[in-house]
Amino acid sequence: MAALQPGTKAPDFSLHTTPDQAVALHEFRGRRLILCFYPADWSPVCGEQVTLYNELVPEFRRHNAELLGISVDGVWCHLAYAKERKLRFPLLSDFEPKGEVSRAYGAYHAPLGTSERALFVLDESGTIRWSYVSPIGVNPGADGILEALEAMDGGRRS
Amino acid sequence: MSGRAAHLTLPVSERDHIRGPVDAPLTLLEYGDFECPHCGAAHFVLEEIRATLGPSLRFVYRHFPLTQIHPHAERAAEAAEAAGAQGRFWDMHDRLFEHQDALTDEALVEHAEALDLDVARFVAELTTGVHIPKVREDFMSGVRSGVNGTPTFYIDGVRHDGGYDAASLLRALDAAARAA
Repeated sequence: MAALQPGTKAPDFSLHTTPDQAVALHEFRGRRLILCFYPADWSPVCGEQVTLYNELVPEFRRHNAELLGISVDGVWCHLAYAKERKLRFPLLSDFEPKGEVSRAYGAYHAPLGTSERALFVLDESGTIRWSYVSPIGVNPGADGILEALEAMDGGRRS
Repeated sequence: MSGRAAHLTLPVSERDHIRGPVDAPLTLLEYGDFECPHCGAAHFVLEEIRATLGPSLRFVYRHFPLTQIHPHAERAAEAAEAAGAQGRFWDMHDRLFEHQDALTDEALVEHAEALDLDVARFVAELTTGVHIPKVREDFMSGVRSGVNGTPTFYIDGVRHDGGYDAASLLRALDAAARAA
């Protein structure tokens, strides 16, 4: 399954981030959005990736971008994980039907039954401007996200 | 990222803290966090590596404090820079990695006293945050270079994605030396 490519309209979704609170893609219209699909809460590579992105939330905001983490873990798992790692961005639960949003983005890894380690950067109108799927065990870092955001800054200035 | 090897985007220069001969043929650079237990473990491995390779290696340390999970890491990095302003960066660097359980503001001052630094100057520099921009510059240079956790190592400017036990690092350094 190939990840959605730049130029594609990002499929809308609404996913729970807490038992009684959902986050929808269209709520972010007018802002840029970074979607970080990852395989699982608590796994070591995710931990480092999530920890790194958590440090960079202010840097992303400088580029008018918000960050959402998405995995197939349930909301209670997300809540415990976000608390333990002191996360400053929401984790969304692609839990029921399992992996539906991940599949819509071409970011579902069927053999493991989890999301891929996939990144999407969306512009203010909800169009995908950059996407990247990392090997599932490799933390992709943040340089690609920042380069994509800067390219969008440059496009806006010119 | 994107399947290509991650490269150091900010070249080693006089802005950096360098241990070993400045013109050594091999460069090992670490992005580290004084409160990170893996970096603490790596510190002792690095001592072994420097002893093994001697003058053929220069070691460079840059700050990568993960402040949300390590509340003392940013201030500890500034403390190392404040010691560096008095010519004692490596003494403080070693001391912090050897005392990772003592990184509160009070403990940092005690480290400065133990190293016989000008403590008034040290405290003033931490209070006014004069070293924050340098630490931040280190951090962002790491982000740009594909640092994806701590510690992250670069050998001659290329990210080392293998293990950081002594054998793995020595093997990678040896391969880099042969390729040069």
